[in-house]
Amino acid sequence: MEGERRPLLEVRNIVKRFGGLVAVNRVSMEVYPGEVVGLLGDNGAGKSTLIKVISGVYRPDEGQIFFEGREVRITSPMDAIRLGIETIYQDLALAENLNVYSNIFLGREKLKKLFNLIPVLDHEYMMQESKKVLDRLGIEIPSLRNKIKTLSGGQRQSVAISRSIYWNAKLLIMDEPTAALGVTEQRKVLNLVKTLSAQGVAIIIISHQLYDVFQVAHRLVVLRRGEKVGERLTHETNPDEIVSLIVGAELVEGGQRG
Amino acid sequence: MSRTQVIARVGRNWVILFLFLLCVIFSFTGRGFLSLKTLNNILLTSSPALLLAAGETFVIITGGIDLSVGFVRGLISVISAIVIRDLYALGYSPYFAIFCGIVVGVLLGFLPGLVNGILVARFRVPPFIATLGMYGIANGLALRYSKGFPITFLPDEVGEIGNGFFFYLLPGRLFTVFEKPLGLTEAEARNLVGIVPYATVIAFALLFVFGFVLSKTQFGQHIYAIGGNIDAARRAGIPVEKHLIRVYVISSLFAAFSGVLSTLIFSIGTHTQFAASLELFAIAAVVIGGASLMGGKGNILGTALGVFVLSVLEVGFLMSGILPFYRYIAVGAILVFAVVIDQLFPEIVYD
Ligand SMILES: Nc1ncnc2c1ncn2[C@@H]1O[C@H](COP(=O)(O)OP(=O)(O)OP(=O)(O)O)[C@@H](O)[C@H]1O
Ligand SMILES: [Mg+2]
Repeated sequence: MEGERRPLLEVRNIVKRFGGLVAVNRVSMEVYPGEVVGLLGDNGAGKSTLIKVISGVYRPDEGQIFFEGREVRITSPMDAIRLGIETIYQDLALAENLNVYSNIFLGREKLKKLFNLIPVLDHEYMMQESKKVLDRLGIEIPSLRNKIKTLSGGQRQSVAISRSIYWNAKLLIMDEPTAALGVTEQRKVLNLVKTLSAQGVAIIIISHQLYDVFQVAHRLVVLRRGEKVGERLTHETNPDEIVSLIVGAELVEGGQRG
Repeated sequence: MSRTQVIARVGRNWVILFLFLLCVIFSFTGRGFLSLKTLNNILLTSSPALLLAAGETFVIITGGIDLSVGFVRGLISVISAIVIRDLYALGYSPYFAIFCGIVVGVLLGFLPGLVNGILVARFRVPPFIATLGMYGIANGLALRYSKGFPITFLPDEVGEIGNGFFFYLLPGRLFTVFEKPLGLTEAEARNLVGIVPYATVIAFALLFVFGFVLSKTQFGQHIYAIGGNIDAARRAGIPVEKHLIRVYVISSLFAAFSGVLSTLIFSIGTHTQFAASLELFAIAAVVIGGASLMGGKGNILGTALGVFVLSVLEVGFLMSGILPFYRYIAVGAILVFAVVIDQLFPEIVYD
């Protein structure tokens, strides 16, 4: 994937502390256009903290972020969104009482003029555009007029993803996107990740399901206690090696300490 | 549509059926209930309540509550009446005095909402507490300015406006437009029927405008979004704090409209109307109309139906000779029934 191409995102020596605790310690990584990077690590390893730095929720204590070759300062989630970095959080950030297309256009509603004067919501336009993006991603939802609360977990996940894609996400960050889903729905979301990647969207995916990550990721980055302890191309490694990186090699080597 | 969908649709629109049913029952039990006079009477007396409940709808959709509307209404009613009375006493023309009373009342209506909104949105005071504080303040101020008595001695022109109708009918005898017929005998005056009260037209116009804003505009959509998932609204770039402040201002502005209108209708400024807990009736009407205190749901049409259920109940009980306290029991029962029904019938799923 790397080749001679320029990374879409590059973070260098990111440090994030919470009081005395160093949650992320001098981590560097990059993501190329269309590439899926799996971010792995045990509970508390610092995965969520790292992606929150990238998506503007936290400001790093040290380190630099480059996007499309330029150094950027991301000080709020809106900064990240403006750059084309969209994050899908575990809690999804959908308004369950609104319908599918209203969520895709939430905060950026399309308006039309009534009597050439009064701006009102253009439901038809939002509906058609939403249909287009869902079709493009091969997502099936019975009706876009349905409220989010009538949808399944996987369908909601798909709506959240479509929403970011419609607004031209270049980098999609997903924190445990399949954690709450059944097997079929998990597979659908993973297929969606593949589709997006094929369309040139870069993706960082966090998951504890090694099997999932191996299916979709091109490259794996492993964190342990805030530090990056390894980086592998998926086709050059195997789950055993990754597990030993996640838990710490010394445990796997029979408790010998170095 | 499948059978379950039909049942669901009927279930979700039970208020209309219920209102119809009430009217049918009262037309048997209440003498003269089914008449033009009663209809117009219900329309006229429920106008202030319509406004109060409409403002409350906005707040409840955001997932908040505004307990202050009843006493803000009272305070504004008292103040607008004092302005009208004093200007008139100073020798100004009655219409000028009334105009000033309306303007002062409406302008003052911004203040309580602004304070409530800033407390809720910026200082994270729970809406219940913030508006309970305003409830006390408005109540105290209204008592201070009214000294506990209704404000009376308003010019007759107040009643002409507030208690005026577009049409007057003396059955079988005469029909006039705008002008109340003069020189009637006492018996004739008692039989005179006013049709389409000005006050109701004003209330409906305000409800229409704000109902439109709520259901058709981006401003309204963001209110639903905030009520549905405030974090999602924030992440979507909606200025949640500012929006909430505007919503609380709308609520107290409607309370002010309601206060001014009730001064005009009853030709007195009262701080508590028949000592009723108006804010609780407003909240009940909003909930009966399909809103949820959890936020994200509700609309102005539903609220208006909720208000009419309550006022048909009031007038119907009165005309059927049922003691007034039964009305409180009925309202309480209907309120709980409304919420239960809402849980029973799921959201309609389209095609
Ligand atoms: N807001 C915060 N304040 C203080 N400490 C925090 C905060 N957020 C995270 N931490 C700490 O930072 C460390 C890394 O947490 P993080 O959430 O990034 O882990 P994670 O790799 O996402 O774990 P998991 O797989 O359980 O989600 C943990 O020790 C956590 O307790
Ligand atoms: Mg995490």
